Amino acid sequence: MHDAGTYAATHDDSKGQYFWVWGWLLVLTAVEVVLAYRQVFQPVRMLEVLLVLSIVKSALIIGYFMHLKFETALMRWMLVTAVVGCFIIMYFFFFPDAGRILRLGVH
Amino acid sequence: MANAALEHGAVEHGLSGVYEAPLFGAYSKKVGMWLFLASDSLTFGALLFAFSYNRISTQGWPTPFGKDSIANATIMTACLLSSSLTMVLGVFAAQRRDRAWTRNWLLATMVFGTAFIVLHGMEWSKLISEGLTLPGFPKPAGQAGEFAAVSAAVPQFPATFFGLTAMHMLHVTIGVIYLGVVAFRKWFLPVLGVIWIAGYFLIPSDNVFHYGIHALGLGLLVSAVILFLKPKDYDAHDVEVAGLYWHFVDLVWMFIFPLVYLMSTRI
Repeated sequence: MHDAGTYAATHDDSKGQYFWVWGWLLVLTAVEVVLAYRQVFQPVRMLEVLLVLSIVKSALIIGYFMHLKFETALMRWMLVTAVVGCFIIMYFFFFPDAGRILRLGVH
Repeated sequence: MANAALEHGAVEHGLSGVYEAPLFGAYSKKVGMWLFLASDSLTFGALLFAFSYNRISTQGWPTPFGKDSIANATIMTACLLSSSLTMVLGVFAAQRRDRAWTRNWLLATMVFGTAFIVLHGMEWSKLISEGLTLPGFPKPAGQAGEFAAVSAAVPQFPATFFGLTAMHMLHVTIGVIYLGVVAFRKWFLPVLGVIWIAGYFLIPSDNVFHYGIHALGLGLLVSAVILFLKPKDYDAHDVEVAGLYWHFVDLVWMFIFPLVYLMSTRI
């Protein structure tokens, strides 16, 4: 467990990395906006690209701002596998049906 | 007995591991917040899946977000990202036991969060005035705008858009109140009460936020009960746990912004 005092001593000097993370998050947001403004990709490809950028941004937030990168491996793996597993189950429930409705043209 | 009291006092003041064995190498408050956030991410995941499902399965999905809306949403994103940085700096200040700067950074975080809520409220009001509404919303004054037909033809869009963004706005509001309580404790309550009452009387009754502002009243009640039941001086661990919650609302917006706004642009 991090004691407040020792934590500050070990991490306070690396404050600069959080400014870098903030800067990268702003840059990635700007990239997303430019892609949307210029309509660079077709909608499905655009969705894929935006989702990848969002996952990169969320990894930066979880890893650095939420400090999960510096937690124990057990905690990291338990949280990430549980949440990602639930999202994968949701995906397999919802999206094949949405695509089927679209192909059938039921409107 | 005396030792027990002493040890209990040590736990209360944030010294490591007298009573509690660390779970996953972290103190229990932090593990509890992580578990809550894991469950809350599924709530937002379900809402985002519902939005995306309806978008895929509905032909003629509207694209109501023009340049102004995208510019507004981009500024909102920058506000949230900047608030995460000030929150990290607040956690560092708390770990240095620098009370003044902890308060200052938490206040900066609250200002960014409030700016996000105000900008989002303006965006909502603009869309509602143009006719994008739900049956439960108060009717805006004047003629139906360009999105009145959209609300009638594709009701899935306003339902999922307002449902998802309202849930996120509520989380940001709770986050601002949470940080206010951690930073200012009981002195934050009268400020919250004044904002609640002033908002109720100043926001016109045909605006949905005339009723939405009561979320602050509920927040005031819950905060008052918590501060009454357990008045305490919040330490670095409390600030860090509050920070986890705040970063989470930032994280969720990183998915709402591209999926809802950037994928529905009208440029």
